[in-house]
Order: sequence, then C-alpha cells, then structure tokens
Amino acid sequence: MSMRAPASDLPIMFVEAGILAGEVAILDRVSLTLGPGAPTVLIGPNGSGKTTLLRAAMGLIPLSRGRITWGGRDAAPSTRRAILFQRPVMLRRSAAGNIRYALASAGVPRAERAGRTAELIATIGLGGLERRPARRLSGGEQQRLALARALARDPAVLFLDEPSASLDPAATKSIEDLIRAIAARGVKVVIATHDLGQARRLAGEIVLLHRGRLIEQAPAAAFFTAPRTQEAKTFIAGELLV
Amino acid sequence: MSDNVSAFHLVLTADPALLAIVRLSLVVSLSAVFFAALIGVPFGAMMALVRFPGREGAIVALNAMMGLPPVVVGLAIFLLLSRSGPLGAWGLLFTPQAMVIAQTVLVAPIIAALTRQTIEDLWVEYREELGAMNIGPARRIVTLVWDARFSLVTALLAGFGRAAAEVGAIIIVGGNIDGFTRTMTTAIALETSKGDLPLAIGLGMVLISIVILINALAWAARRAGERYAG
Repeated sequence: MSMRAPASDLPIMFVEAGILAGEVAILDRVSLTLGPGAPTVLIGPNGSGKTTLLRAAMGLIPLSRGRITWGGRDAAPSTRRAILFQRPVMLRRSAAGNIRYALASAGVPRAERAGRTAELIATIGLGGLERRPARRLSGGEQQRLALARALARDPAVLFLDEPSASLDPAATKSIEDLIRAIAARGVKVVIATHDLGQARRLAGEIVLLHRGRLIEQAPAAAFFTAPRTQEAKTFIAGELLV
Repeated sequence: MSDNVSAFHLVLTADPALLAIVRLSLVVSLSAVFFAALIGVPFGAMMALVRFPGREGAIVALNAMMGLPPVVVGLAIFLLLSRSGPLGAWGLLFTPQAMVIAQTVLVAPIIAALTRQTIEDLWVEYREELGAMNIGPARRIVTLVWDARFSLVTALLAGFGRAAAEVGAIIIVGGNIDGFTRTMTTAIALETSKGDLPLAIGLGMVLISIVILINALAWAARRAGERYAG
C-alpha cells in the first residue's frame, strides 16, 4: 500500500445534496465537508441516509439536486475512491483472482499485479488462502478480501458501509485494526455505521444523520462529551431515535 | 431379442459403417454447438446487459426461438442453399456443412436465451461491485461471461442435446446420403423405415451413450471448476 500525502481530492463537499425517491427525500439538502485527517464516521439509525450518502459520493446514485465536489472539482478521478459494501459480493474467482481483477480494473500494469496481490494479501492477513475460492472464505475473511480489493485501487478516499455488520468480535477487531492502519497511511476513511461502540473506537469526526438530514457534525470527542442537538443526545444515550 | 443381440454385436465389434455415422454425427453436432456458442453467448450477454426500446419483446422472441421447429429451419436453409436460392452458388446443399449451418440456427437461440438468463441473474449480484470499480460495458460482458462459465456449461449441454437429437433439419439439408451426410438420427429413421432394426437399435444405443457421456464429462468439469474457482 502506498503512503498517501494529504489528498488533492479533499475536501469532499456535499452542497445542498438531495436524493428523492418519488416524493420521499432519502437525502435532504445535505451540506457537508469531509476534510483530510482521522476517519469520519457517519452514524444514525436505519434509513437515516448513511449508505445513500456513501453511494452518492461514489457516483453510484445520481443526486436529484445539489452537487458533490472533490478538492473543488465536480468529478474525481474514478480510481481514487473505493467502497466496501455492507455485503460485498465476491467474484467467482480465487481470493488472489479477486484482487488481481481489482488491480486490472484500476489500470495497474500486468507485470506489477502479482507483487501487488501478494502485498495486499499480506496486508489483510490472508496468507495461505490466495488460491481458495473467494466464496468459500468465512464472512470475516470475505470482508477483509473486499477491503483488499478496494485498496487495490490505491484510493485517496475509502468509503466503508457497515464494515463489520454481522461479524463476530474477533473478525470485527481484525477489520478495525486494518481500518486504523489504512487511515494512518493517509487514506481518508469515511465509515457508515449504526454501531456507536465502533464509532467511538474509530472516529476522529462524527456526522449524525437522521431522516436524510444532517443533524450534527463535530469532532468525535466533542460529539460524545457535549452533543449540541437533542437528536445527538438521544442517540448517544442509546434511546430510539425515530 | 435377436435384433438386440445383433445391435450389441455391431457396437462391440466397432462396425465401420456404424463408426463412420457416429463420427459424422459428432462432428456435425459439436461443430454446430461451437458456432452457436460463438454467436449465442455474446448475443445473450448483450441482451442481458443492454437496455433498448422493445427489449422485453426481443426477449420473448428469443425465448420462443428455442422452440423453432427443425423441419421449418431445414426448409428455410434448404431454400437459401438450393441452386436457385440466394446462397446457391456456395454449393453447400447436401453437405455436412449445410447440416452444421442448420443445427447452428437451431442451437444458437437456445444458448443465447439461457445465457441471457444466466448473465442477467449474475449481473444483479455484481452490478454494484462492478459499478464501484468503474468497469466499462465491454469488460462487464467479458467478466460476467467468465464468472458464469460453469453455469453456461448447462446452456451448451442443452444446445448439444438439441443438436444430437435433431433429425428434421439435417435430413432436409443433408439428404441422408450414405457415407457422406448420414448421421445417427437420420440413419435410425431410415433403417427403421427399411426394417433394418439392428443398425437402428445399435445407433440408438450409441447415441444415448454419447449424450450421457458428454453430459457426465461436462458435469465433472463443472464441479471441478467450481471447486477451484468458487
């Protein structure tokens, strides 16, 4: 994995970004700036718009209104952002084959792919499982492999959607350790989760969404010790935010 | 009973006439499946991924073509290849090549329709991942066909089954010429009508054995591939 300088694709700015599904606003005029630094964690209950925001940033869902800019530009080079879906789909290839495919799609020259694949396999701790069919790996191993596939794009920004949902504590710790290591190398990590514990462990900055609206954005320490909004207080207290 | 004994004798002694018929049958049917796959797999994959006006109707038409009557296809190819037809100058009528063309026309829709369904199902699974990797349309098709390759074996087998069992089209365009265009199915039809049951039964046994063998080999290859690639 290459060391990244503060990325020129940052900050990512959502300007009055909105997504409508019929009459319903899934994302409601969200204005938000994501700068370089420690991971930003999007929190909120189910249906708050976290996943939609990540997918919009990836260009997988068009905005109904507003815009997203990358380092002041309207479009980022496509290979500089990557996403780990909540339920990543493994291509019907070996573990190494999945990574090689991602490397090829990112335009990595053929001669470099074997070396990069071995490096990424080592990074995610799947040594010895390179030739195993990806779909036969355990849930945690598949999640790590999907992370390696995302890293194959050498992204400046990495979006993670519920990266440890349905994983056991050991697998969750393994994923979180990887996320910390990735963030420490200068990749801007943006995580969507409804797991407050994970948010506390990983976040440098918290963004609280509710019903598609931005409720609060604050440094993690300030958010958890002195939340400014009633919704944030309710959510942190573990009460139902409806 | 004596007919059955004679049939076994023909098979066990590798009767040259029987072997020649079997060889030609395999060459014609496997060639037809090969050419039909070259046409049907990419066409089916494109039908799965490309959205265009009237697509639903095109899918219904493609599915309906799986049931093309062999004699009608045989007649159409006959008219195309006959001396007065538009392709008459090629001189292909009553040759094995004409039989391959007719069977290709019969098999290609089967492979295309089954490929479309297989690729479309896989695309539902892959759509977001490939979208996130910015995979372009051409590479998508290659990726999906490659990853669905073991499932597509079933489409090829269905095509082979159709070709191997077919008699109506090849008897019209091939003419069932002894030693030149006579295949297992046309020979069975002819020998039965002539009352030469031993050869007809022997060919029937060989035909069924070949179909079972090819299906078993394809199944084994598919299972081995799935174990390796997932």
